[in-house]
Amino acid sequence: MTLSSVEVAPVATPTPERVDSIRAAAYRIRHHALNMGEVQGQGYVGQALGAADMLAAVYADQLTYRAEDPHWEGRDRFLLSTGHYAIGHYAALAEAGIVPVAELETYGSDDSRLPMSGMSTYTPGMEISGGSLGHGLTVAVGMALGLRLQSSTSRVINFLSDGELDEGSTWEAAMGAHHHQLGNLTAMVDINALQADGATETVLRTEPVTEKWESFGWYTQRVDGNDVSALLGAFDNIAALAAPIGRPSVILCDTKVGRGVPLLETREKAHFMRIEENEWQICREQLTAGYEGTASA
Amino acid sequence: MSTITTAAGAAASSVAASTAKPKLKTSAMIASFADPGQKTTSAPFGHALVKAAEADSRIVGLTADLGKYTDMHIFAKAFPERFFQMGMAEQLLFGAAAGMAETGLIPFASTYSVFAARRAYDFLCLDIAEPNLNVNIIGGLPGLTTGYGPSHQATEDMAIFRGMPNLTIVDPCDSVDIEQAVPQLAASDGPTYLRLLRGNVPTVLDEYDYTFELGKAKVLREGKDVVFVSSGLMTMRALQAADALAKHNVDVAVVHTPTIKPFDSATVLAELNTDRLAVTLENHTVVGGLFETVASAVVTAGLGKRVVPIALPDQFLDAGALPTLHERYGLSVDRIVAKVLAELG
Repeated sequence: MTLSSVEVAPVATPTPERVDSIRAAAYRIRHHALNMGEVQGQGYVGQALGAADMLAAVYADQLTYRAEDPHWEGRDRFLLSTGHYAIGHYAALAEAGIVPVAELETYGSDDSRLPMSGMSTYTPGMEISGGSLGHGLTVAVGMALGLRLQSSTSRVINFLSDGELDEGSTWEAAMGAHHHQLGNLTAMVDINALQADGATETVLRTEPVTEKWESFGWYTQRVDGNDVSALLGAFDNIAALAAPIGRPSVILCDTKVGRGVPLLETREKAHFMRIEENEWQICREQLTAGYEGTASA
Repeated sequence: MSTITTAAGAAASSVAASTAKPKLKTSAMIASFADPGQKTTSAPFGHALVKAAEADSRIVGLTADLGKYTDMHIFAKAFPERFFQMGMAEQLLFGAAAGMAETGLIPFASTYSVFAARRAYDFLCLDIAEPNLNVNIIGGLPGLTTGYGPSHQATEDMAIFRGMPNLTIVDPCDSVDIEQAVPQLAASDGPTYLRLLRGNVPTVLDEYDYTFELGKAKVLREGKDVVFVSSGLMTMRALQAADALAKHNVDVAVVHTPTIKPFDSATVLAELNTDRLAVTLENHTVVGGLFETVASAVVTAGLGKRVVPIALPDQFLDAGALPTLHERYGLSVDRIVAKVLAELG
């Protein structure tokens, strides 16, 4: 059977209250990320800001978990494949109450539970050790198979980047998920169009991304990854249209590096961003001004 | 036209020159190394996994399009709902096995050793070994057990894997080892790698007072002149060579070390700390396998003991018939006997 993919129009429009609540969570995640970035003086702040809306939608709207018991068997699994996005993930774990906010200032420091690259052996709530790119979706396939075999209704969400589409293993996993009809698996691809050596289109052209996923048999939606309403609508579509028929789903999220902080949005794009000491406070002020402007709009 | 004639003529004369000794055929991918008339057991791994799975519902099986060639098909038939075909995608095989273990299952994942060690190393290392998950890797065609050339001959698999923290490496001799190892691999907490022997596998160790214990070396026979330290199918050859050497009045002890890592140094060093000629025998390159494991233990303990390796050479090996190749590279009983006699002078 064929199902119309790229179904951007949600089955039902998310309520304003729901959208505002997730937008507020995204604002706090961005704020945490800036504070953590200041500890290091540089880092993957741009990616964290860009992905904050995706992380907020996952943790504040979608995932079932128990903050006090991160290993609770009935939890949904969120797998961060891009280890260097840990700064954003830690911010989301703090928002979720799994990691204390006060602990965030230890980010990347000796003996911290919050290393620069995310690892399951260090951090509560971190399901896998990412970093070697192209692993996350393969592990997610196994988790989805294992949960289904054990009659669990838990879902698996894998966060990956457009850079990881370079890795052949990502496509091995994409085929495997479709073959095994894993309706309990969702991938979120952060398409920030940026890789370590430059713009994605100059490193290795991955487009047309939408058609690729669709041809691999996935329920495919492409949205503005910084539009909370669109993200929630995409999740609602998956629950209504893909999961019940055993079809794996992907949300392709076009995002902007540094989103929410004009100073960083307009800076030359860099994988590892350098921010001057006096700029952090400016960043926070711009973030808050932008959020309050949005909130009142 | 004349060039073609010349080439054909050269080939014809080459065939004529070799008719004195008929050439053996490479035959199937997985050639049997059992001797004619030797007692064998069919698919010991597959049947042992079924038995273990009957006792433990957490056990699942995966393969990367090599179920029939790793005896996983026996399990797939017995437990179709607990068997997962991952396709010819070894990175997915190991990543998915890790994910299944994360949900509390005990996966056995099979492929050929070359693909496990070379192609999907990063997935075994980071997704399975680093979080210390109970995933059991089953590697077919270890060392020189096929005549298909370097694409399929995993002559350096142990060298590759020995550097991986947490990974237990098992190199079984025969069907007895495999049958007894499988439930122990399932019961041990961390990841394991089994150098699989499949199909009609020789049954040898039932003739000895022996049981497989994960992490333990065992003395199979005593001898006052020479001590063999061997693993894998080379333990079978070591026992045969010991019998042959007895006819030359050479008394040979055989120590079987099926667990390569963690290595039972205590048992092996106790046997090596004598005046006997010490020889290691392995179905693996001389680099990074049993010989270097033993040599490392000897040096670390401060023993000034010479150890003679019998192993595959540090090179890419020829294609051909297995008996031809085992003779060529020194793994045959005749070559072992000749080597020992030469060493003894």
